[in-house]
Amino acid sequence: MKTYQNPTYPYVRVPDQDAAPAIRPVIVVGAGPIGLALAIDLGMRGVPVVVLDDDDTVSVGSRAICYAKRSLEILDRLGCADAICARGVGWNVGKVFHRDELVYRFELVHERGHHRPGMVNLQQYHLEEALVNRAREVRGVELRWKNKVIGVRPGRDRVDVTVDTPDGPYSLSCEWLVACDGARSPVRGMLGVESEGQVFRDRFLIADIHMKSDFPPERWFWFDPPFHPGQSVLLHRQADDVWRVDFQLGWDADPDEERKSDRILPRLAAMLGPDARFDIEWASVYTFQCRRMKRFRHGRVIFAGDSAHLVSPFGARGANSGFQDTDNLAWKLALVIDGRAPEALLESYDAERTRAADENLRNSTRSTDFITPKTPVSRTFRDATLQLAKRHPFARRLVNSGRLSVPAVLADSPLNTPDRDPDFPSGPGAMVPGAPAADAPVSGAEGPWLLRYLERGFTLLAFGPLPDDAVAALARAPVPVNVVQVDAPAAPGAEAIGDTEGLVASRYAALPGTCYLLRPDQHVCARWRAFDLPAVAAACARATARN
Amino acid sequence: MAALLTEPNLASPDDFYERVIAAHRGLDDAQSATVNAKLILLLANHIGDAQVLEQAIAAAREDVAPAP
Repeated sequence: MKTYQNPTYPYVRVPDQDAAPAIRPVIVVGAGPIGLALAIDLGMRGVPVVVLDDDDTVSVGSRAICYAKRSLEILDRLGCADAICARGVGWNVGKVFHRDELVYRFELVHERGHHRPGMVNLQQYHLEEALVNRAREVRGVELRWKNKVIGVRPGRDRVDVTVDTPDGPYSLSCEWLVACDGARSPVRGMLGVESEGQVFRDRFLIADIHMKSDFPPERWFWFDPPFHPGQSVLLHRQADDVWRVDFQLGWDADPDEERKSDRILPRLAAMLGPDARFDIEWASVYTFQCRRMKRFRHGRVIFAGDSAHLVSPFGARGANSGFQDTDNLAWKLALVIDGRAPEALLESYDAERTRAADENLRNSTRSTDFITPKTPVSRTFRDATLQLAKRHPFARRLVNSGRLSVPAVLADSPLNTPDRDPDFPSGPGAMVPGAPAADAPVSGAEGPWLLRYLERGFTLLAFGPLPDDAVAALARAPVPVNVVQVDAPAAPGAEAIGDTEGLVASRYAALPGTCYLLRPDQHVCARWRAFDLPAVAAACARATARN
Repeated sequence: MAALLTEPNLASPDDFYERVIAAHRGLDDAQSATVNAKLILLLANHIGDAQVLEQAIAAAREDVAPAP
């Protein structure tokens, strides 16, 4: 590749290789984006983590490229979104073409007043490198390269692991093992558990090309374009003047032939014009599957990211749902390891994230059925929709080139306390129990964005004054609750923020006295129209499975 | 719950029937299928009500067994 040289992270021999196996709190298998994010999150919560990776570098080729607003907010909490956003290409507009006509244009984020953009495109290797750099700064995170897990023996109280290295195998044990080892998950294989779903009978060519162009940073998707008739094409801009082109090839295409550059170059020339100057950075031919494991938790072995669930790339729901997995899991694992919450809390990871995976699978399967119709009648409806979309606005909403990743609302979670005050709004985008907290501009000691104030464990976001002893009582609780007060004189120990543009109050439908309880992953778990200490304590107990 | 209207509602049923058949004049099967699909999508959007549409889909599938 012209624009990127993979770093080499050296294998280092560790004392564990010469000693009786130590019992670690957590082993993470796989130093991809999801494993690294989980390790950083756990490390920041004071849980020591060993990360085992069979390779000694970051992703080869760019692979995942789209990181959604919610992922960027999670990466903010982990302390590495600035590096990723500075390097990446932010975008907010998608365009869909049928033949050579624009049929649909959408915006990811419709309103201003959010720290992060709808999406940032960045090559996976850059993202992983930023995560590795961050992981090395976090105390308690140990990255072990060229450490390949070749045996996993789950027990009642611990998991024994055999790790192969250039110096031969050694044994290691842990209380909890999290498999972030990707779509083909060797750990899943070693446990003999299945991931079920369907393979889509279509092939796609992805080519990353290096090209100077002033083409806008937008997602462009074509159905049946003149330069690639009968199939679809997707174009994304990445960092360093690298562009992602994704050509649908059809099931009959020969993958070995199609990845040869003398086959790729004419396709690109037809698309970009005879005068375009570009080099191929990386190319691959892929098929995809939509599937998930029945359960993401198998005793002391937990699955996150692609090992647990797989979707088509149209929708950017792979890595983005993986980050939500780790966001959901890290605080729960930390509380359980700390003895402050029962193991039952981990069952909520399974309940919440399998439902979220189903939502992603449903969206992804629908997009795939539109892009790759499986039957003649499905194709007829697809083409009818595209024809109508040229003239009629309603049909543009039916055109589905991928519904881009939005964070799951954990509406049915057992950790939520249902509303008892009936006047809270509950429509789409409302801050219902289970919703991820919306960002908004604020003033305060931690800077101009609300989410910054909601990242230290459980937080009570209170609109208006609180009793003087409330903050101390919440800080003393078995699982402490921080207090952030909006536009009110802060009670002793609380953090005060100003609602500079009134957007906090409007996004949270707040009245004077309204209080929201937020989980450490910034999801709402309860809300009230007036502060009530026993109710907050009960909601917190429920959100940590202590009820 | 909104109910699908299945009592007569067309002022001139014969005119409508003739019109819908005439809309397919000069088309091959594939083109006709496209016109039918467009018609369904246009009418569905006009109706809008998900419950009515669901009842219509169910009524359309009645007496049509899956192909062996």
